[in-house]
Amino acid sequence: MSTTISPTARTEDTSPADVTAGVSAIPVSGLYSLRRLWPLVRSEVPRLMVSALLAQGAMVCALVMPLFVQQIVDGPIAHGSLSALWLPSGLLLLVGILEGVLFGVRRWLAAGPATRIQATLRQQLYDRLQRLPVSYHDSTGSGQLLSRAVSDMSTLRMFFGFGSIFLMVNSMTFAIGLVILFRLSWSLALIVLCFALPLIGVCLIYEGKYKRLSRLAQDQVGDLATTVEESILGVRVLKAFGRSAHLGRAFLRQATALQSTEIAKSRMVSVLWATVIALPEIAIGCCIWVGVHQVVDGELSAGTLVAFFTVAMILRWPIDSLGWLLTTLTDAAAAADRYFEVMDEPLRISDPAAPIPLPPGEAGELIFDRVSFRFPDTPSHRGDLLRDFRLVLRPGQTVAVVGATGVGKTAIAALVNRLNDVTAGRVLLDGIDIRSLSLDDLRAAVSVAFEEPILFSASVRENITLGRPTSTDAEIVEAIEVAHAHFVHDLPWGLDTRVGEQGLTLSGGQRQRLALARAVLGNPRVLVLDDPLSALDIHTEAAVERALRSVLHRTTALIIAHRASTVMMADQVALLVDGRVAALGTHHELLASNPAYRALLSSEGDPR
Amino acid sequence: MTAIPASRPPGGSHAGDSAASDEEWRGIASGADADRDSPDVSEEDSTSSGRRRSALSSALLRQLLRPHRWGLLLAAVVIIADQAVSIAGPLLIAYAIDTAVPALSNGDGGPLRWAVLGYLAAGAASAGTRLLFVRLSARLSQRVLRTLRAQVFAHAQALSVAFHERYTSGRVIARLTSDVETIGEALEEGVNDLVVGFLSVVVTSALLVWLDPTMGGWALVAFIPLWLLTRWFQRGSLAIYRGSRSAIAALIVQFTETLNGIRAVQSFRREPRNQRIFATENERFAQAEKRSLVLAGIYSPAIRLIGNVTLSVILVVGAMRVIDGTLAIGVLAAFLLYLRRVYDPMDELAMFYNQFQSAGAALEKIAALLAQVPSVPEPAEPRPLAEPHGELWCHGVAFAYTTDRPVIAPMDLHIPAGQTIALVGATGAGKSTLGRLLARFYDPTSGVVTLDGVDLRELTAADLRRAVVMVTQESFLFSGSVADNIGLGNPAASRIEIERAAEAVGAAGFIRRLPHGYDTDVRKRGGRLSAGQRQLVAFARALLADPAVLILDEATAALDIPSERAVQAALGRVLHGRTAVIIAHRLSTVAIADRVLVMDQGRIVEDGSADDLIAGSGRFAALELAWRESLV
Repeated sequence: MSTTISPTARTEDTSPADVTAGVSAIPVSGLYSLRRLWPLVRSEVPRLMVSALLAQGAMVCALVMPLFVQQIVDGPIAHGSLSALWLPSGLLLLVGILEGVLFGVRRWLAAGPATRIQATLRQQLYDRLQRLPVSYHDSTGSGQLLSRAVSDMSTLRMFFGFGSIFLMVNSMTFAIGLVILFRLSWSLALIVLCFALPLIGVCLIYEGKYKRLSRLAQDQVGDLATTVEESILGVRVLKAFGRSAHLGRAFLRQATALQSTEIAKSRMVSVLWATVIALPEIAIGCCIWVGVHQVVDGELSAGTLVAFFTVAMILRWPIDSLGWLLTTLTDAAAAADRYFEVMDEPLRISDPAAPIPLPPGEAGELIFDRVSFRFPDTPSHRGDLLRDFRLVLRPGQTVAVVGATGVGKTAIAALVNRLNDVTAGRVLLDGIDIRSLSLDDLRAAVSVAFEEPILFSASVRENITLGRPTSTDAEIVEAIEVAHAHFVHDLPWGLDTRVGEQGLTLSGGQRQRLALARAVLGNPRVLVLDDPLSALDIHTEAAVERALRSVLHRTTALIIAHRASTVMMADQVALLVDGRVAALGTHHELLASNPAYRALLSSEGDPR
Repeated sequence: MTAIPASRPPGGSHAGDSAASDEEWRGIASGADADRDSPDVSEEDSTSSGRRRSALSSALLRQLLRPHRWGLLLAAVVIIADQAVSIAGPLLIAYAIDTAVPALSNGDGGPLRWAVLGYLAAGAASAGTRLLFVRLSARLSQRVLRTLRAQVFAHAQALSVAFHERYTSGRVIARLTSDVETIGEALEEGVNDLVVGFLSVVVTSALLVWLDPTMGGWALVAFIPLWLLTRWFQRGSLAIYRGSRSAIAALIVQFTETLNGIRAVQSFRREPRNQRIFATENERFAQAEKRSLVLAGIYSPAIRLIGNVTLSVILVVGAMRVIDGTLAIGVLAAFLLYLRRVYDPMDELAMFYNQFQSAGAALEKIAALLAQVPSVPEPAEPRPLAEPHGELWCHGVAFAYTTDRPVIAPMDLHIPAGQTIALVGATGAGKSTLGRLLARFYDPTSGVVTLDGVDLRELTAADLRRAVVMVTQESFLFSGSVADNIGLGNPAASRIEIERAAEAVGAAGFIRRLPHGYDTDVRKRGGRLSAGQRQLVAFARALLADPAVLILDEATAALDIPSERAVQAALGRVLHGRTAVIIAHRLSTVAIADRVLVMDQGRIVEDGSADDLIAGSGRFAALELAWRESLV
């Protein structure tokens, strides 16, 4: 599987001039990816085959009709016999109707499979993306993923709905036509074949070259989508700094690069098409020369020569369309490559083969046992972000982690519910390595409130319950109570009010309280709060702290804290320095004994 | 998968009982909210709005194609030549058989040579015209696409923050990606199909009438069912394609929301529920696509059917006239041949029309976005602002998002150049809104905000943004390096200036510890950094922009105390000679403020120096006391 080009690899700088040079790095996996779709496509093949057969039938009807007309004109009409007219005319009408019906049924038959394949692939892509680890998402432009789910899928749909069918039909037509040609005159047919064979070679060469461009174009479409997404999500910053034009220029550069690739593609296609048209024409030209000589020499009857050319003319469309079909096929192959890149991405964080069930009860003991962590792209000469980090949270205990900016506090929060995995050491929940638990169990037991609340455009209720749709109203109300998020009751439709992007705009503090309510809902065993009150004003903060204490009594909690007020909710405070716990104690102990801690948390140094 | 309701209520109407529709989870949006969703979610098509939509989109199409009219004409000429050459082939073969064979028998090889040479020349010309056409049409359509992309992108950026707050980002993304691509597909093949189809039909029809007016008339009668069929298809397909554009937009919204919120999705095990929601959207789109395929699968075969039936009828009618002796048999033969030529390209026309309908629906969506007038528009006659000093005035400024709920009561406020203001007050007091008015994210509902005596509405965006910069709580980072993100504040800044800005806000320490220092990729939305780190980067960015007026809206909330202290110290230095409005609930900011404004319910209720206010017994004194206690 070709993974040398990662979805993040920006293709914008590739000008069409160095296209051929630049893309040669992309390995061409040929039609391999397309073949890998087989298990999925298999069940649809009968319908597609029938569709192809019907198309063939419709094509035969279309071919037969002129013969009928010919016979009617030469027979009944020439003889002036009105009575002999009806039967063949009736047949003509019948064949005509049959053609239309076959044509229609074939399209109707292909519509289902084509859209179903597309929808299934898209769904699988989405499901896979939901399971891929956060680190993958952080390093992958979401526009790249979006273009895979939308543009690439419609490329595949076009291929399965039209391209694949006509590939079958035209090959069949060509094969049958060739047999007929050979029966009419093997010497002339040989000429046609001689020119048709190099066509295969030409097509193969172009397929390889075109595929690179096709892939490049698809990647550029993805880059464009990534820029679009950033420009929209970051529109406030762009406006605040008046940098819309700045990003607009980058966007235009990318759009221009895509334009160049598309034009380069068309240049290649145009040559391919011209070759595909020219070679058979040369063959027929030769056939005219040889055929006429053969007729004159008496080796061939004039009637056979006419028949030969008639069939040869009919074969022109299947050959002419080869160029177009080949591009559809290649585009589809490149799209399938891109699809499988995501599907082949390893699920680095997944369920163990034989998950151990969590012991029942409400315990919630959390132990960081010699934990190390580093981001995957950290260069080797750099040390780990967390090294030999040890911390024990007894059931029901609340521990705050404090430390300077960038020391790795947020990374710790992401380790507890396995958004990231430790690079060494282990995290134990009630004595079990969390990697031995099923993700579902672990994440049901551990609840996290992120420093930046993430809301979805859905009702308040949906945003709070998120992964626990079975929560009762009483539980929801209790969570709201704890997070001091009473404001939701004052919203126009209460819990049913839509918030998030498509709904009511909430303030930072309100969002944070909703995220907190979401975290405390359903009494998780372990609560991880990453600076959960930063956006609240003093009065609200105090109220939330009061309410939170009741929950913290029952739950094991890890709080990432920046402020004394938050720290004071904790039984113990761990000071994080250089990736390990440098001091552990109560707030007042540390304040008294540890100067580094004092510098971090006390406001004595404040000018006021 | 559960059944999909045929039509989705715009706001996901809440039925009240727990067994309500699938869409209940979406929640209810206000009446105004529901309206703004309607262009996408619900597709009720009153005739007038439908007409308006198509008027908008055809105007857009004209505007896009006008610069390329000569190119289009050239492409049309090439394709006509292509058609002409392709007709020559069979004629030359006929010539070879009818003329060259007897000639060669008589020892004259000339006609055969001519026939073969002619055929090869026609073949070469046919290859040549095809080559030329493919290139011409690709160049044309790609240029149009690029223009369209740039135009929509620029417009989306020009639209106000208020617009982006209600129009889902996913839908703007859908407009700029999927919709544009749909138009691209139609453009690619469109010229070919349209020209070939249209020309063949018109020319051959004329030929038919010329050959024999009566029979030609009969042949043209068949155009009536064709016309009716096309009308039927037009209505049906446009509705379906509109639905399909909306469905893909909804799908994109769900897709991007999931990806952008992946941390919450995974942490709270929302995957299965998301899977069902996405399956519903996916199925809805697939159904719309299938319907469009089926409809087109009825339309073009039906055209073929009408053509074939017409052929049979003409044959019989013609035959009777031939037997009557009123029609030459040769004319009938030619007539039948040409009739076939009328209907063959009809397939291409049908295909084009189908794509045109699909592109039309996409174009409508895009045109509707382009028709959104920026509520914070650029001035028609801007006033220059050479050297901004930073004196701000609010004259009777009031603001309301909706008419019934004023957020800012009419207020007058003077902020002299160089003053540092701390804006405090409870949540919902209107602090952020005031900040946004000063930064012209919104325009006031009434009253005027001036900078150095110039109405903000009379300044170009470039001038305004050079003078006024606002840093908000959500510190959005773009993918790219840390240096790139700071550099956004001033693209002309050197690396040294960037590092100096980071140094000044105390961000240099953690940046140096990153794997590649300033060149570390912050990852999507800065996913590699913590919220506090992102805020520091955003701060450095603002510092680098070096504005006359700096508005900080809760920009220090996520910082720890040393970082906040560093930022405070940096502010103390850099705010010297600058106007600053600092919105913060951490009152430590007040220390560096010359003046404190306390807001409550959209009014300024206290105004004075921090010391004066603390000495008093007002709200600020109480706030300050609570804050002090929280610091223990």
